[in-house]
Order: sequence, then C-alpha cells, then structure tokens
Amino acid sequence: MSIDHKTIKHISKLARISVDEQRAEKLAGDLNSIFDFIEKLNELKTDNVEPLTSIAETTLKLRSDEVKSKNIREQIIKNSPQDNEDYFVVPKVIE
Amino acid sequence: MSDITKQSLTELIENIRSKKLSSTDVTKAFIDRSEKSEELNAYITNDFTSALDKAKKFDQKPNLDLKLPGIPMAVKDLFCTKNIKTTAGSKILNNFVPTYESTVTENIWNEGAILLGKLNCDEFAMGSSNETSFFGNVQSPIDKDLVPGGSSGGSASAVAGQLTPITIGTDTGGSIRQPASFTGTVGLKPTYGSCSRYGIVAFASSLDQAGPMAQNVKDCALLQEVISSFDPKDSTSIDFKRNHYSKDLTNNIKGKKIGIPKEYRVDGMPKEIEDLWQKGIEYVKECGAETIDISLPHTSYALPTYYIVAPAEASSNLARYDGVKYGFRAKGENLIDMYEKTRSEGFGTEVQRRIMIGTYVLSSGYYDAYYLKAQKVRKLIKNDFDEVYKKVDAILTPSTPSSAFKIGEKTNDPVSMYLNDIFTVPVNLAGLPGISIPAGHDSKGYPLGLQIIGKAFDEQNILNIAYAMEEKINFKNKITDWWIK
Amino acid sequence: MSKKDSEYLINRKDNQYEVVIGLEVHAQVLSESKLFSTSATKFGAEPNTQVSLVDAAFPGMLPVINEFCVKQAIKTGIGLNAKINKRSVFDRKNYFYADLPQGYQISQFKDPIVGEGKVILDMPNGQKEIGIERLHLEQDAGKSIHDLDPQNTFVDLNRSGVALMEIVSKPDLRSPDEVNAYIKKLRSIMRYLGTCDGNMQEGSLRADVNVSVRPKGSKEFGTRCEIKNVNSIKFMQMAIEYEANRQVDLIEEGKTIDQETRLFDTKKNETRSMRSKEDAHDYRYFPDPDLLPLEVSEKFIEELKNDIPELPDDKKKRFIEEFKLSPYEANILVSDIDTAKYFEEVVAKMGKNKDIKLAVNWITGELFALLNTKGLEISQSPVSAKNFAILINLIKNGTISGKIAKTVFEFMIDGDKDPQKIVEEKGLKQQSDPKALEALIDKIINDNREKAIEYKQGKEKLFGFFVGQAMKASGGKANPQLINEILKKKL
Repeated sequence: MSIDHKTIKHISKLARISVDEQRAEKLAGDLNSIFDFIEKLNELKTDNVEPLTSIAETTLKLRSDEVKSKNIREQIIKNSPQDNEDYFVVPKVIE
Repeated sequence: MSDITKQSLTELIENIRSKKLSSTDVTKAFIDRSEKSEELNAYITNDFTSALDKAKKFDQKPNLDLKLPGIPMAVKDLFCTKNIKTTAGSKILNNFVPTYESTVTENIWNEGAILLGKLNCDEFAMGSSNETSFFGNVQSPIDKDLVPGGSSGGSASAVAGQLTPITIGTDTGGSIRQPASFTGTVGLKPTYGSCSRYGIVAFASSLDQAGPMAQNVKDCALLQEVISSFDPKDSTSIDFKRNHYSKDLTNNIKGKKIGIPKEYRVDGMPKEIEDLWQKGIEYVKECGAETIDISLPHTSYALPTYYIVAPAEASSNLARYDGVKYGFRAKGENLIDMYEKTRSEGFGTEVQRRIMIGTYVLSSGYYDAYYLKAQKVRKLIKNDFDEVYKKVDAILTPSTPSSAFKIGEKTNDPVSMYLNDIFTVPVNLAGLPGISIPAGHDSKGYPLGLQIIGKAFDEQNILNIAYAMEEKINFKNKITDWWIK
Repeated sequence: MSKKDSEYLINRKDNQYEVVIGLEVHAQVLSESKLFSTSATKFGAEPNTQVSLVDAAFPGMLPVINEFCVKQAIKTGIGLNAKINKRSVFDRKNYFYADLPQGYQISQFKDPIVGEGKVILDMPNGQKEIGIERLHLEQDAGKSIHDLDPQNTFVDLNRSGVALMEIVSKPDLRSPDEVNAYIKKLRSIMRYLGTCDGNMQEGSLRADVNVSVRPKGSKEFGTRCEIKNVNSIKFMQMAIEYEANRQVDLIEEGKTIDQETRLFDTKKNETRSMRSKEDAHDYRYFPDPDLLPLEVSEKFIEELKNDIPELPDDKKKRFIEEFKLSPYEANILVSDIDTAKYFEEVVAKMGKNKDIKLAVNWITGELFALLNTKGLEISQSPVSAKNFAILINLIKNGTISGKIAKTVFEFMIDGDKDPQKIVEEKGLKQQSDPKALEALIDKIINDNREKAIEYKQGKEKLFGFFVGQAMKASGGKANPQLINEILKKKL
C-alpha cells in the first residue's frame, strides 16, 4: 500500500490541518513507513472475531434528568481567543 | 534536617506526622531543588509561591490523619488544574487556564497534598522520549542529553531527580512505565476504569489511564490508594471494591504463579535485557513464587493495533482544538482557513502525524481494513491474557526492549521510536494493570526496568510482587546531580 | 401535474413521474437537562447561559448519559410500533463546524436504540402505512449567527448537546400531502407520549427530506437528493414540489441527477446545491470510546410500555365505537392531544343524558372558529370544558335553542362564565310552556287571518312565515319544536 501526495492532501483537509508541499512529502514518507508496519495485521484471519469496542466490561450507567450546571457563561467564554461577553466569535463562515 | 528531598514519601509522611518536619520545611526543600534544576526542564509551569502559602496554612492547622499530609508534589501537565495553566505540552493550549480540577488531582488535594507545579510531557502525551513537547525536551537526571522516556518524561525526571517526592503521570501505551524504567523509578499503570479520566486532557480514551510514579513500591501503592476512585462523571469509571493498597501491601508472594511469556523474547533484544529478565525470574522464585512459561501468541500484533486505535481516537479527541473556544488561534480569512492554520501552527509534528494516521484509518473505504481490523485484533490480544490468567496470577516481562537513548537519536524515525513501547502497549490494549520497577543497570550504568502485569483490578497483587522483588533487587539509582551547578 | 384519483404525479408530454420521498425527522426530546450534560434545555434563554463545560467541549470533559432521554426514545419507539433494541451503541460523527464544539456529534450510527416500525396515515382515499426505518438518539449542535457582524460569525451553544431523536422513514411517501399527514401524525404521537413538544417554530421538529422521481409504474428508485433542515410543513411541501419538478426536467432533458445535499431557499422557493460542503464530508463514524454500549433490560422496556397512554389510533377507534362518531369526526378530535383531552372532559362533564354528536358539532364548529379568530390553542380556550359541557346540556334539555346558545356562548368567552347563569341573568330561557305559546300563536293567527286562509288553501310556504312571527314575538326564546307542533294544530 502506498499513501500518495493526493491522499495526504485529502486527509489534511478532513483533519483541518493545512499542509504545505514540503511537509506533505515528508508526511507521505512517514505514513508509508508506519503503514508498512501496520500491514502486519493482515497476516491474521479475523473474519469470525467480534471487534472489541469497549475494554471496560460493564454497562453504561445512566444519570437522572436533573439540571445541575448553572449559567457559567463567564467561565465558558473566558478562555476564548476573541473578546465578546455573550458569544464565541469566529471568522465569517463561507458556505 | 538535611537531605529532605532524598527521603521517600513514606519517610516524609512519618516525619511530618511526628512533627520532625513541617510541611513548610518539606515544601521549601523541594522548591529549592526544583529551582536549581531548571536544566532538566521538568516543569512547564510552577506554582511555588502559592505552594509555600498552602504549606504554611497546613502547618498552622495540620490535619495529620490525611493520607498525604502537607506533602508537596508536582503533576503531569495533562491534568487540568483549577486556575493553573494546563498545556498538555502543546502550543495549542499554551494559554489555557481551566476553571475546573481533574478528579484524580482533586483526590490528591483532598488528602492534604500541595501542588508544586505542572510537569513537562510529550505533546498530548504522544511520544516516548519527551522530545515532542512544545516546551522543549526534558533531560534525564541519569545523564546529560539522555531522554527520560515519555510521555510522562517530566514526571519521571522530577521523581528521579528528587524535584518532587511522588507524582502522577498518564499511560496510554507505556507513558508511565517506560519513563519509570528509563529513570530508575517505579510507575504503575492501573486497570482501565480504576482512575477517573475526568479532567485529564484526552489522548486515546479507551487506553488512557492515570497512575502513580514514585521512588519505591510502597509510595506508589499509597498514591494509587489516593487517586483510584469510582467517578460518576466518567462513564468508563468502574465501581469495584478498591483495596487499601499501602496498608494491604505484603512481600509474601509464596505460591503465586507468575507467567513468563515467550513472545516477549524479541529479535534484537540486547543480552543485558534478557539477563535482567532471568534475574527477575530468579528473584520471584526466591520469594517463593512459581514461574510458568506461557504464550501470548498475538503479542507482536499489539503495536500495529495500537498505532491504529490510539491515533483514530486521538484524531477525534483532538478535533476540539480548533481555535474557537480556548487556546491558540491563528488568523484566518474565514472559518475553514482559521481552522487549518490554527491546527497546523498549534500542533507539533508528531501530533499532526498521528492525527493524519487516525483520520486515514477511519476514513471512508479504510475503516474496515484498519480500524475494524484493529478492534478485532485487540479482542484477540485480550483473549490471550484471559486465557493465560486461568493459569497464572501475574506476568513478568522486561519493561522496555532497551535502556534510555540519547536525545535526538530516534526523532527522525517514528517507527523505531514506536518500538520502544512494544512490551507496554499490550497491557493498555487489554485494559490491565502493569507496574515497572527498577531492576538493574546496563553497561552504561543506565537503569533497566521489569514489568509485572496483573489481572484486571488486581493492582494489590502486582504491587505485592513488586514489593517482594524490590527487596531482593535492592536497586540504587545513580543520581549524580550533574545538572546542578 | 395532475391529481387523478388523488395520485400525485408529475406530467411531461407523454410521461408521468411518481415522486418518492423519505424523511429524516429531528425531534427534540422533552427533558429538563441535556443528553450528556446537566445543563438546562429551555428555549429562548440568553446566549451561552445554558452551556456546561461538557457542552463547550473543554479538555478532559466527558459525556454521561441522561436516563430520561433514553426512556423518551424508547417510549417514542413503542409509539411507532417499533422494535426496541436492547443494546445500542453511540458513535462519533466527525466534522468541523463553528457550532460543533467537540468536532464531532455523538450519534448512533450502526446500532440505533429503535429499529423498524410503522405509522398509519389517514388519507382522503383511505389509510396508508408508512414504514419507519429506525430511530436514534443524538446531540443537537449549537447555533451560528451570521448576521450580527459583517466579518464574523457568532456562536451560541445553548442548544449544543440537547437530545434529539432522529426518526428515519422508509421511502414510502409519495406526495406533499402524505408528507403533511406523516409529520402531523408523528407530531401527534410524540405529543401524546410527551416525548417531544413538536413545536416547529422553536425548532423542536425539523426534517431532512429525501426526494427522488421515477417513471410511473417503475419499481426502481431514482437518484435521490437530500434537502437539509427544513423547519415547516409548508416549506417541506414546497421544497418537494420544486425538487421533484427539477429532477423530472433533468430527466426529460436527458441529463443525470447528481446524488447531493441541497438547501431549500424559502425566499426564492427553490432548492440549491450545497456541493461545496459535501466534498469535505467523510464523517469517519466510530464507536465513542468515552461511552459504553447502552444496554436496557426487558423489564426496563416493559415498565415503559405500561406507562404508554392511549395513542391517537386507539383513541380514534374507541371514539368511533363508544361515541358512534364518524371516522372523520374522530380524526379531527384525536389528531391533537389537547383537543382529545378537551373533548373527553366535555363528555365526562355532560353526565348521563348527553348528546355527543351535538358536543362534537359545537367543538368543531363554534369553538374551533373562536380559537381560530383569536389565534389560540385549545389548551388556552377561554371557555372551559366544564362550562362548555353545561352549554351543550342546556341545548340538549331544551332550556335554550341552538340559536340562543350562540348568544350565550358569546357571553361565556369573557371570563369563562357559567352559561346557566347567563341564561338566567339575561332571561334567555327557552319558552316551552305550551299554554303561553298557544296564546301567543292564537294572537298571531288572529292578526294574520288572510295569510292563514291562504295557507289552508295550500300555500304551504307560509308555514315558515308563521314560525318566524312566533319566534319574533317570543324574542327568539320560543321552543321551535313546540311552535311547529302548535302551529300545525291551529292552522
């Protein structure tokens, strides 16, 4: 298997990480060597194996429907990079 | 009293309880030494001033019944601490100040401990040498330009260098045990679900577990007793009967059956590691335990499985770092441009690499071939352990396939870096507890560790085995204070 | 376009096309707190005041599921006659957007909590069954506000993390009218169950509409387009009509239809491609490692089943059998839970000697007209069911005529007055004393002797004249039946 430049571009778009040409080249090399090593898994036949989705062998606990979190807007907004007391602010969304 | 920082946690507690030392004495001593140890680069953020205040406050009205009475300690910068900057070793959280406390650190402060500061680590805990931190690499107290291991490198360096009596790290694929092994300290990765993940910056949710790091097994047991709790705020936290690990600690391991897995005898493993392992086998036998040769047939598939599962989860867990709510934001012409620049400038190379791997293995057309396949192999790996645990009580292996390496030695070869975790990763995949204890030195005088793997929720048993072995091994860490001028 | 035999077809030259529609309805679960956090869900709060650290995806924050939301989803599943899955799994749907703080939405992809079910629609030409593919629980996103600032988008996370049920239908719908009936039926069922308030203005009910067309009689499906996030039935109908015609035009021109996501522009009344967004969409679903599989026991489900109220279909059946209503009348009364409640309360308050038909006529006639003019819901009716029942009884027992009842009803509106009192105070009681009426009629016949003779000679039309005169003379209060009887005798 080989991860090419185009694939790197596609993944970087999905991951929302801009990658310039030089880094794309380097990344393709790194990922190919990592996937060469990952391919080892293909030696195993796993057709009848149930995938393990959760290592904690217990069932999901349910909480009661109570409002406990109060208005903490100041705390929530405090760390945001742009100053606004009411909203998170981001550059215009272009559809 | 001199040499306060050389004392173990147990000794410090005794001295504070018997009023031979005050919390202020102890706190001052560790602050002094930490201040002299900048060269190690173990801290990202210090909180020395308020630590001293807290120590003084403690001394005015000391509650000596607490488990960590007035004990100062630094913690890995992956734990969110209220009003103290928490970075996860990343530029993207460079200026992030949580308004909340992680459950694990909360448990620690509730038992009387005092925060010294936040310790350096690999960015988002992704690394085996603490070279991926945005805040620079950490030096090992063992030798100049030697890596302390990773990702809890700052934690290992701080404990080994006596900057803190104990600490906590996190372990996703070996991040507590490998640095413990590299620095001659003790590190425990508890059973998945034992310590709450609430308030810990997530790397890979199904693998992450917080755990104690200390100079000896007893200290480690005490800290584990403090941090392990059932937490309704973490849906994967497990409500099981937790031991008083320090009180219940015993060196009597007579009749215990200890498995020796043949698959851990890997190609190219240095002879000194093999010898160390043999010595370990002798020690447990001397303690009255029985060793049994076992097979964990899917061991060699653990690392490839890990490098699918962990990056997949990470790629999703790290999606929240987008410059919108907190942390670093790069200027962008529009929302998407802002995202792409923020994440490209905010994440370091290794983190980006893993996000890319994770995104790829989950993407349309590859999910079954990689992610689903890995989940299935993970099941096989877990089955291996389930099978052998019908016959043995614990498993003994080396902690790492080599001793610590030089800074920069492996940074350009991700795969050789990843191979460091070959013995630790299967434990995370199976959700089991594992402890690394120092067991000897290599020809260069660098520490080497042995790992004891237990059954799920059987921390007490591996602590006991470690405790018994520790007595036999009688390891002395060679700390020369090379970094102190 | 033709509506032959109520079939919805699109005609072009010699070709007729059938429209195939499937809906993904997003219904907000009625609950106090959010699906995975403990913040409030109230509508209309100040921006970002109902946001917890979990909702804003702070580092290290973890989801913990709300039991009530799980129960609500299961109850809705029972209401849709659907299979309840004892084991379901929460997955992450990964994509970046300003109002999606985690960078993923927690949803159920492979193993939803509710499987296949069905709902029955009452259409003018009979009943139609619409298959339900599945129902799953998921988180709502926040809200992006684009018009507060020219350079920036503002984000309000109050809605972020609120529980939604996504109800996916099979592609069984064939016309805008069926879509209308389907949405109303779903809404009705959920309001009966108390699982969703169905308030479309507040966004509690929205839908993605999948539309495709095919030549009439064809068994194969055409390429479908998905129209995202339509928030009113009217817009859904308009969007379907536009989209179906657009697709037919493409086929007629020999072009192909691209499977894509489209947006309905309510101002221009057209659908528009969102292709730019589509490119980046590879959601990379995988099981959320912060959550374990959701497992519910048989007992848990049984207890919820016992808690299910009588639903519209059963109520309709009962109304027809018990009250001898027509299916049409029963439908009107059961479709909205508050109407059904009002009606049943009226029936209960009318007591033994009740006239249900009369009550139904008055509810669907006078009461509905009143609510309509005032713009009120039946739950806000100015006339209570109790007083309404008294009024119907007054008509039934002859105390007042239907005509006078309308006057009384007018008086009742202001302050929910007791009609009995109104009748007494205003002296509106019907005259049913035969002696008094006979005297009154005698006088009228006397005064109109010539007309009486004409009537007797066969000009029967004049009977109405005498009735009118008698009613006039009594101030409208005379019992019309008695007037008729006496007149027939005397003339």
